[in-house]
Amino acid sequence: MRIPCPHCGERASEEFSYLGAADPVRPAADASAAEWHDYVYLRDNPAGVMREFWHHVHGCRRWLVVARDVRTHAISAAVDAGA
Amino acid sequence: MTRLRSGGLIDRDTHLRFSFDGRGYTGHPGDTLASALLANGVRLFGRSFKYHRPRGVLSAGPEEPNALVELRNGARREPNIPATVTELFDGLEASSQNRFPSLRFDLMAANALLSPLFPAGFYYKTFMWPASWWERVYEPLIRRAAGLGRAAAMPDPDGYEHAHLFCDVLVIGAGPAGLAAALAAGRSGARVVLCDADTRLGGTLLAEPDEVDGQPGAVWAQSVERMLRDCAEVRILTRTTVFGAYDHGTYAALERVADHKPHPAPGEPRQRVWRIVAKRVVLGAGAVERLVAFPGNDRPGVMLAGAVRCYLARYAVAPGGSVVVLSGGAEGWRTVAALARHGVPVAAVIDRRGEVPEPDAALARRIGARLFAGGRIAATRGSTGLHEVIVRDATGGTIPVAADLLAVAGGHNPQVQLACHLGGRPVWDEDRAAFLPPATLPPGMTVAGAAAGRYGLAECLRDGATLGSGAAAAAGFPNAPSPVPRAAGDAEAATSIWLMPGRKSFVDLQHDVTTDDIALAHREGFRAVEHMKRYTTHGMATDQGKSGGVLGMAMMATLTGRTMADTGTTLHRPPYTPVAIGALAGAHRGRHFRPIRRTPGHDWAAEQGASFIESGPWLRAQWFARAGETDWLQSVSREVLAVRSGVGVSDVSTLGKIELVGPDAGALLDFVYTNTMSTLPVGRVRYGIMLREDGFVLDDGTAARLEADRWVVTTTTANAPRVLAHMEFAHQVLRPSLRVAFVSVTDRWAQYAVAGPHARDVIAALLGVVHDVSDAAFPYMACGTFGDLRLFRISFSGELAYEVAAPARDGDALIRRIVQAGSAQGIVPYGLEALSVLRVEKGHPAGGELNGQTTARDLGLGRMLSQRKDFIGRALARRPALLDPMRPTLVGLVPVDKRTRLRAGAHLLPRGAPPRIEHDQGWITSVAFSPTLSHWIALGLLANGPARHGEVVRAYDPVRSGDAEVQVVAPCFIDPDGGRLRG
Amino acid sequence: MSYSFFSLAREALRGHVGWRPAWRDAEPQPRYDAVVVGGGGHGLATAYYLASEHGMTSIAVLEKAWIGSGNAGRNTTIIRSNYLLPGNEGFYELSMKLWEGLEQRLNYNTMVSQRGVLNLFHSDAQRDAFARRGNAMRLHGVDAELLDAVQVRARHPYLDFDDARFPIRGGLLQRRGGTARHDAVVWGYARGADARGVDIVQNCEVTGIDVANGRVRGVRTTRGDIAAAKVALACAGNSSRVAALAGLRLPIESHVLQAFVSEGVKPLIDGVITFGAGHFYISQSDKGGLVFGGDIDGYNSYAQRGSLPVVEDVMQSGMAVLPMLGRLRVLRQWGGIMDMSMDGSPIIDASPVAGLYVNAGWCYGGFKATPASGWCFAHLIARDAPHPVAAAYRLDRFARGALLDERGAGAQPNLH
Repeated sequence: MRIPCPHCGERASEEFSYLGAADPVRPAADASAAEWHDYVYLRDNPAGVMREFWHHVHGCRRWLVVARDVRTHAISAAVDAGA
Repeated sequence: MTRLRSGGLIDRDTHLRFSFDGRGYTGHPGDTLASALLANGVRLFGRSFKYHRPRGVLSAGPEEPNALVELRNGARREPNIPATVTELFDGLEASSQNRFPSLRFDLMAANALLSPLFPAGFYYKTFMWPASWWERVYEPLIRRAAGLGRAAAMPDPDGYEHAHLFCDVLVIGAGPAGLAAALAAGRSGARVVLCDADTRLGGTLLAEPDEVDGQPGAVWAQSVERMLRDCAEVRILTRTTVFGAYDHGTYAALERVADHKPHPAPGEPRQRVWRIVAKRVVLGAGAVERLVAFPGNDRPGVMLAGAVRCYLARYAVAPGGSVVVLSGGAEGWRTVAALARHGVPVAAVIDRRGEVPEPDAALARRIGARLFAGGRIAATRGSTGLHEVIVRDATGGTIPVAADLLAVAGGHNPQVQLACHLGGRPVWDEDRAAFLPPATLPPGMTVAGAAAGRYGLAECLRDGATLGSGAAAAAGFPNAPSPVPRAAGDAEAATSIWLMPGRKSFVDLQHDVTTDDIALAHREGFRAVEHMKRYTTHGMATDQGKSGGVLGMAMMATLTGRTMADTGTTLHRPPYTPVAIGALAGAHRGRHFRPIRRTPGHDWAAEQGASFIESGPWLRAQWFARAGETDWLQSVSREVLAVRSGVGVSDVSTLGKIELVGPDAGALLDFVYTNTMSTLPVGRVRYGIMLREDGFVLDDGTAARLEADRWVVTTTTANAPRVLAHMEFAHQVLRPSLRVAFVSVTDRWAQYAVAGPHARDVIAALLGVVHDVSDAAFPYMACGTFGDLRLFRISFSGELAYEVAAPARDGDALIRRIVQAGSAQGIVPYGLEALSVLRVEKGHPAGGELNGQTTARDLGLGRMLSQRKDFIGRALARRPALLDPMRPTLVGLVPVDKRTRLRAGAHLLPRGAPPRIEHDQGWITSVAFSPTLSHWIALGLLANGPARHGEVVRAYDPVRSGDAEVQVVAPCFIDPDGGRLRG
Repeated sequence: MSYSFFSLAREALRGHVGWRPAWRDAEPQPRYDAVVVGGGGHGLATAYYLASEHGMTSIAVLEKAWIGSGNAGRNTTIIRSNYLLPGNEGFYELSMKLWEGLEQRLNYNTMVSQRGVLNLFHSDAQRDAFARRGNAMRLHGVDAELLDAVQVRARHPYLDFDDARFPIRGGLLQRRGGTARHDAVVWGYARGADARGVDIVQNCEVTGIDVANGRVRGVRTTRGDIAAAKVALACAGNSSRVAALAGLRLPIESHVLQAFVSEGVKPLIDGVITFGAGHFYISQSDKGGLVFGGDIDGYNSYAQRGSLPVVEDVMQSGMAVLPMLGRLRVLRQWGGIMDMSMDGSPIIDASPVAGLYVNAGWCYGGFKATPASGWCFAHLIARDAPHPVAAAYRLDRFARGALLDERGAGAQPNLH
């Protein structure tokens, strides 16, 4: 695969590492145990477009949110996770 | 000899000597091993997989299922190499496969007599009794019988390399369509890469008499090559097979750099794998001729019609002296004409059509060939080669025709594999009687010419020119329409003759799969094509069913009454043709498998006689043996005692170092460490642990506040990359508003631990009198900058200790200065093993304890989880099962019998308990021989450990025959009050 | 009809015309007692044991394509019971025991070949970790031997002992480990289940799960609605998608794992060998091909294909341990979709929906588990209580913190 890094341009996927779904939001410190469980362990795991974290470890070292169709690997967006 | 007197793209003036099964032959440059052997009258090339039937040459290309040889000898021996694509070179040695004792007299051919017992899948029904015989009797027999060639079983002596290309247009295949496409795209100024597996450009033009733009095809191909070489942005790769399509325009190609030589030149790779990233791709891979299933279709002398024409025209070889042609249309008659043109007698033509067009019939009459309109093949005869074809004519009568070559024109299989590697399924086209490229092609790909089922030469040229310029335009290189090369001969009706079932009608020649096997699969319910394939092994041989694959589907379609479209086909997967594992691995072999990282002090350590050990990517000094020491433990114990009683120095540069700058650095550290860091005063260091969000320990280390806004934190060697990524995630994703920047400085600083009661003297001498390093001025857990050096008063050994860091360029000088500064104190270098002993004596957790399965509580560090702030891992560390006191928790262990050696990995059981899993209560995580205590000590994780100090438990280590009683103690063996640290 | 040498010989004399389908290609009925979703090894084994051990016969296995078309049909066929954690080891040893009698039981030669599984280690720390695992196996009564480099060399002289970046220091050997013929396992269970009355329905995709009042009522499929009081999911890489039909979210991500087979050659490698300084495992099939693989690609995927960098990485690891592989050629590579759980261990449990059962999270180790997975899942479905050896595979273990994380990788499936 080739990932279009918003900072470095299109690069080969081996420059990146992967963390998975970017949608779950880290709960507040006082959130319930169930909320924390869901955040850390449960996944939608859709067969379709996923927003996911990629880390450009061998590039700009920025964490990115990439929208990718996990059936075809077609990438429709890639933005900085802090953007 | 069957070499024709003239013609062919061979250099007749040069003679190449080669051998096959030990017998010497000669050929010419331009020959393949197959053409050269055929020219020498050799027809028997190998034995089949299952029945050991004699086999000859079927094809002239990579689709070859039969003529597979072992090429070369010794460590360079390669099994299963198709003779049809093996370029001849002087000194080539090849041997036949799967025969005993010899190719001509193969005792295993007796298998054929028993063949009724060996139908498809027979092994699933038997060999089950007695059960113990499978591994001992049946399986070894099967394994010996299976497999065709023999691997070298020695390290491959040749090298390989990987290379990258980026282009606008990748053209795959340099036949008429590919050449026209490359020319059109190349003229636009686009960056074009043209790949072809063959040694020269032209594809079928090299084997056919057709003219292009008024020139013979091969000459036209040469002229196109000259034009392409004049385009600055065009790159031509011959001997290069594009074998895989991957995502986002990535293609993999294998270039056979030196396979046409006895061995690669010094420094030259044998093969090179190209990774090609292309904006657009024109696939012009052509088509492969289709086998026809008829009784005895595997006999040496049965050859695909196009291959016959290729041997005649390109190699000037007559593959037979008396020929029968099986035809379904124009393709067959083109072959008759080629044979006639080259003066090879045609005994008969069998045309499946009931009515043969008059021009074709006239040709048969003119050359004296018998014509069987509407005929078929009833059988073939011959022992190790064809000598008779039994024809069944339209009336049903059988007529024997003497022949040593049977040219079979059964239609074509477009080479759509690369178009399907991303999951597309080929689409059956009834008119063309073939599977065509899928509706959804890999993004950016178009398919030209015969690969798309457009076989006519003029079509191919037109296709190529149109799609080539279209691809360039789509890649941003609009261009004037390229003139389409002109040729005669346009679309012709597709031929499809496939099935004339009968005994020993093979649909997969290499795996000996017959129409009977397909019928059996049908009878037993293996009707989905994938079930049929897996049950019969049809299409799973080295040729992957390129020629015969469709026959099995056709047979199944006939049996089930379904259409070909409904029957479908199996998936195409990379590689298109087999690729050497060495080539895919590239240069990263042996010691070069992974890069080696060395610290700035490496050379110094080597001078000191260090033994080095792999520590992740690093090489670290393990110990420094001194004269007279005969055992590693002697050296390590001496080093440990030196640290405990004098002073030692150790290279700790491999520890991860991350430098942070910014006003919110402390806030970020509070978030990633379990304890509070932001309250740390400037000039101080604090120990900390990090958790994963799931509450387990990620890593431990220290944070040092060098200035108000400048910190440096350390990580373990193993976790350095992971901790950096973790902190970047915490900052960029979870706490983006924090004003802090940080970067790994692991490689920028060389760092040495100076430890022992005399450490301060060494540091004072090192820094000089201008710097006060007294305990008052620079107490335990102090840090500071001294010129270019950074100094940390931290200790992993439990002794008075410092870590001194210098920029990497000064790392070598620094260690020499430290040793010089410590000479008066007799400073001793110590290695990784002594470091480990020292930390086990102090009970500091390291690799054995920080294994990703332990919590802070497990390690006795529960008090480090702040109750007053949010930090990563806080919430999930509170889950009930993680608070269970029965979780294995850190303890110290000493052997009851002090002479006993302890080993990490031993399990801990209650004293006297039988060794069963229900008594499993923990395990030993780290061990050391403590020279201070003169016995082995250990750290372990024991259920409810802290409550069991004093108890004797069983350390059970059956895989090393260990079984000892050990006493549970506090996990600190030396100076539990820490007085030495603060000395 | 029974398979034996004698039936084979009898059929040989009459042209093999007497063989009958190994299993019926059944038409779906409107109602069953239990429906198993997924006609892979696990689903078919579950149906087989439901029928053979629990006396249930009104069972359908629904398969969206052809049976064995998922990971059962594309894997590296390794069987072993060399796990570390108590929650896993007992389960995989049950599986191994079931493998050991499977052929005679099923009257189908699944080619269970116990030629040994050897895990190489390359450092003292790795040796000790392997010792810990080997000792855990021994505590379970399972065979395990810790070999030193000399013993490894005697067994596999062709490994790279002389020029390795990470020298081989020894290995953990389980002699009872080995391989089995993956397709035959599918077909053998299908034939056995079919003979006991189970309907195996192919080309039948489940498109909905009917739930009323918290209880499952049946499934909707591309071949019509099917009522069933018990619905059991054994959908591997598609577990999340199918569970979502009943509103469930699982602790699972779907990832692609690649595997490779070389051209067939005469016997070269005996048993299974795994590399400890990279992710690589290899064995030689009875057909002669070397079957090998490495790590998952590392990103979510429902596409059954992998990426080139991972191909190269696997080959580098292969060459690092077996430099004789250089001139052997890869014939075919493929990708399967793995149901990667959040701790690397499987789930066999009832779900919050009454009558709906989940068998998932096999990561890339599901093949070896096939018999025990079916055995324990059938027990759960039939008795509504977890089987004792699968008791650790509950869904609530994540909430409780009772994880089964063999590698200590945490809740990140691409690291398991």
